[in-house]
Amino acid sequence: MTGAVTGAASAALEVRDLVKEYRRGTPVLRGISLRFPETGITAVIGPSGTGKSTLIRCINRLVEPTAGRVFFKGVDLTALRGRALREQRRRIGMVFQEYNLVERLTVMENVLSGRLGYLTAWQAFWRRYPADDIAMAWELLDTVGLTSFANQRADALSGGQRQRVGIARAVMQRPDILLADEPTSSLDPKTSVEIMELLTAIADARRIPVIINIHNVPLARRFAHHVVGMAGGHVVYEGDPAGLSDEHLKQIYGGENWLD
Amino acid sequence: MTAPVTRPPAFVPNWTVRIAWCVLLIYSIYAASLLEITWERFLAGLDHGARFIGRMLPPDTSASKLELLAKGLYESLEIAVIASALGIVLSLPIGLLAARNLMPGWITWPMRMFIALCRSFHQVIIAIVFVKAVGFGALAGILSLTVASIGFVAKLFAEAIEEISLKQVEAVRSTGAPFMSVILYGVLPQVLTRFVGFATYQVDSNLRNSTMVGIVGAGGIGGTMFAAFQRFDYDFLLTILLSIIAVIMVSEMLQNRIKKLFQ
Repeated sequence: MTGAVTGAASAALEVRDLVKEYRRGTPVLRGISLRFPETGITAVIGPSGTGKSTLIRCINRLVEPTAGRVFFKGVDLTALRGRALREQRRRIGMVFQEYNLVERLTVMENVLSGRLGYLTAWQAFWRRYPADDIAMAWELLDTVGLTSFANQRADALSGGQRQRVGIARAVMQRPDILLADEPTSSLDPKTSVEIMELLTAIADARRIPVIINIHNVPLARRFAHHVVGMAGGHVVYEGDPAGLSDEHLKQIYGGENWLD
Repeated sequence: MTAPVTRPPAFVPNWTVRIAWCVLLIYSIYAASLLEITWERFLAGLDHGARFIGRMLPPDTSASKLELLAKGLYESLEIAVIASALGIVLSLPIGLLAARNLMPGWITWPMRMFIALCRSFHQVIIAIVFVKAVGFGALAGILSLTVASIGFVAKLFAEAIEEISLKQVEAVRSTGAPFMSVILYGVLPQVLTRFVGFATYQVDSNLRNSTMVGIVGAGGIGGTMFAAFQRFDYDFLLTILLSIIAVIMVSEMLQNRIKKLFQ
């Protein structure tokens, strides 16, 4: 690890008073302030439509925040434009609920597209990737067990395989942080666990923080080191998974009949 | 036991549509009555037709005519190929700039106006303008079919781009890719097969239209054909018609090959 750091300063990512309104007067995020630790998995739990996806997209500015700031390793991401913004995006890997692979490109092309931030469009068009990028792509495909699919089109894969490619693409960026937006919501329970194990392995091996939006509470409890509970555009819980009580869950999801 | 439940009718008659159909039917009958189609006229027409076909046969294949035919066909092909290439290449950026899901309104609005302008007039009308502007010959034909190609292909390109999945685009953007790479990786793979389909259709359309712009002096086989008509060279006319059919059939075969290649 990177030596002694004080508790207050050890946040890799800090979100300050973040507000997002898609339509004027109806905010989805109503002032979110959070600090994410330097390593480990943070699960953001909460019901559908509570702004988890918006929060994660405000971090890499796929969605423009209405107000507030996002600091990543000391850089104010909300102040960036153009090239400076793209250079920060290269450091932030992202995994999507519906995988978001380019269906008509091959698995290899999808994985290597994680490097597009470092190539000119001309190099990208002629597939002129540096040799060490291609070597890394093969290694990643070995890791996720899809080496034999390298030259197949992404639309030939199953859901679990696609998500593995999506993760490989994000890791291909050699990111300093990984954002995952409901990575297991479209997958069966067994595959979901496997994907969570893969994300955990990446977080450990690369010593990067991983932020995972998830609405499956048992999965969050099992894999996360840190839990953020959201409801109605507010943060209502922040802390250890162990400290997450039924009272908190009632507050986050409402009702109680669904709890055992 | 069963209580009678009154429910609304399952199929509600739409009187507006029914009346519209009746109006259309009445107008069609009225319009047909204006044409004065009579049995006698039909019989006379058959007689004229038979004599016309009789004068077409056998097709004229004398060396001098064949040379004329080859020259005209070659020019038509030239017009079609160059106009298609120019039109499709220009349509790529124009179509992209006109796609409302990727571009801001102040770009798409003038682009869509330009496309609409290209579509406003028939190729022959545009050809007349270009013949006036650049003189008789193939250049006028090439320019007019290029304009027509942009009107058709750029519009379809823009519509194809507007139907893509933005999720794939979002993923490519999130890697920090520059704008052109986002287009190349996030957009182009999603629309390429449709683009190829539109482009080959336009080549086919340009081939047929290139045989026509010659009528107004914009080069190609059309001029030769029009002259054959006016000189009552119906046997040579048949040779021209048969060769145009052959060209279109060959192009159809080529198109199918190309489409299979880009599946």
